[in-house]
Amino acid sequence: MPDTFFTEAPHWQWWIIWYFFIGGIGGGSYAIAALLHIFGEPEDRPIVRLGYYIALPSIIVSGILLTLDLTRPERFYHMLVQSKTFVPAFKYWSPMSVGSWGITLFGLFAFLSTVGALAETGRLPWSGLSRLNQGTLGLVINLAGGLCGFFVAGYTGVLLSVTNRPLWSDTPLLGLLFLLSAFSTAAALLLLVGRRRAQPESLEWLSQIDSWALILELVVLGAVILSVGTVVAREVLFNAWGVLLLVGVVLAGILVPLLLHWRPRLLGAASPLGAAALVLLGGFILRVVMLLSSEAV
Amino acid sequence: MAEPMGFFTDTTVCIGCKACEVACKEWNQLPATGGGVNTLSGDSYDNTRRLDGQTWRHVKFIEQFDESRQQSRWLMMSDVCKHCVQAGCLEVCPTGAIIRTEFDTVVIQSDVCNGCRACISACPFGVIDINPVNGTAMKCTLCYDRMQAGLTPACAQACPTQSIQFGPISELRARAEARVQQLHEQGETRAYIYGDESILGGLNSFYLLVDEPEVYGLPSNPKLPSRNTAPAASLSAAGAAALGLLGLVSLRKRRMDRLAADRKVAATEEGGESDA
Repeated sequence: MPDTFFTEAPHWQWWIIWYFFIGGIGGGSYAIAALLHIFGEPEDRPIVRLGYYIALPSIIVSGILLTLDLTRPERFYHMLVQSKTFVPAFKYWSPMSVGSWGITLFGLFAFLSTVGALAETGRLPWSGLSRLNQGTLGLVINLAGGLCGFFVAGYTGVLLSVTNRPLWSDTPLLGLLFLLSAFSTAAALLLLVGRRRAQPESLEWLSQIDSWALILELVVLGAVILSVGTVVAREVLFNAWGVLLLVGVVLAGILVPLLLHWRPRLLGAASPLGAAALVLLGGFILRVVMLLSSEAV
Repeated sequence: MAEPMGFFTDTTVCIGCKACEVACKEWNQLPATGGGVNTLSGDSYDNTRRLDGQTWRHVKFIEQFDESRQQSRWLMMSDVCKHCVQAGCLEVCPTGAIIRTEFDTVVIQSDVCNGCRACISACPFGVIDINPVNGTAMKCTLCYDRMQAGLTPACAQACPTQSIQFGPISELRARAEARVQQLHEQGETRAYIYGDESILGGLNSFYLLVDEPEVYGLPSNPKLPSRNTAPAASLSAAGAAALGLLGLVSLRKRRMDRLAADRKVAATEEGGESDA
């Protein structure tokens, strides 16, 4: 029996599944917005702003979900400062500690960019605030926020690998898998929400990078299964969870959306919508299976 | 720092009386599991079943019978936190609730713990769990309070057969070696020490066993969770870099394609004008 089977489950369940999903979308949305801000064209602005608008509420909801998951929620601030002295607490070797700071920093950048975007469209009385998204300041905020976004999207998988639990700690690939899935689900949500206000060029590009992320995700998912070894795969995934992974993630969440991206007329006008909805569903099921299949051992 | 202290548990003399479990619960004021309602495991005389937030000592019964049920063997082992020299729980704890004491033991400060449960999944032995009474992660403290007053931990004090021995690690290691030697001379050649320096830098609560670790529900090669940190983080960073590059290249290509298309249109228009 592999050594990881002598351990106890931490009961990271529905709060955490929703956090992994929503936090991933938040981080991915900002990362995409930052890419378009830095390398895109002026007509991409609606999608850039939408990326910020998705990122900020996502990270706020993430913080609430994470706090609710604690068995002592009123002590949530112990993640950031020492409980008695209030001196900042940071352990660079603990994914949970680094993650807490990453989420906090990401929240700050998402807030700044959201304020900038609101000022840009005249929804805030202080138009000067639109400088947060312009020039060097905008570049710095988007670079830093984009890096934090990628971090939030991927660290959750690293956190699972830095345990001793079956499946999670039997592969170093979960961080990469969650990062790719966060990117694809974020692109899908941007496509879904932004389809009315964005230019066709932006949507075209989103659909392209979504396809790329899905292809990479499929390859990495295969590598995850191969890397955990036959004993772990048999014990953890040769059951209903494995079926859900195949049907819900591989088929419905990756292959069908790829087909719809490739042949957009297959379902008529509903194709892009259907593809995006399926990518979101697949991303959610991926987290359900990755968490609950190991919890069940 | 005081001398490293710990437990040496000689499983060959354990009689399964569970005095250690009771002494631990009494001293640490741990409530009965399930509010004292007695539930039976149904497949074993062991009804404690596992270590958790309210059970910091657990006498495992390993009941082995052959097919015909003519031959039987009972192994007993009083399980507890191993107080690893390289402790996975301490590594991952984000709040600093888990500390190493002057006795080289590992203690969770329940006034600091916020119940994130990272330590539960990090422990290679499945020792830690949440105590539902106060909602924080709890486990054996090696009776830190008693040790500070020069007392023996409650379990070792209560053990009637000296299966659980408490003392300075160096002394316990020597005693354990002598006991293995003695058992080998008596013909029990399977006896060996589980938890020397080859396991997580040494377990400050180590065992004398007479069968494979797995038979006792122990991993044969427990590892630190941090073995995965660098590879997992690097792979994720590489993924982020790849996606960033993908974004850059695809957006550049889009711009170049458009410029080329614009130039073509301009050229056609120019051509049209000159014709006129």
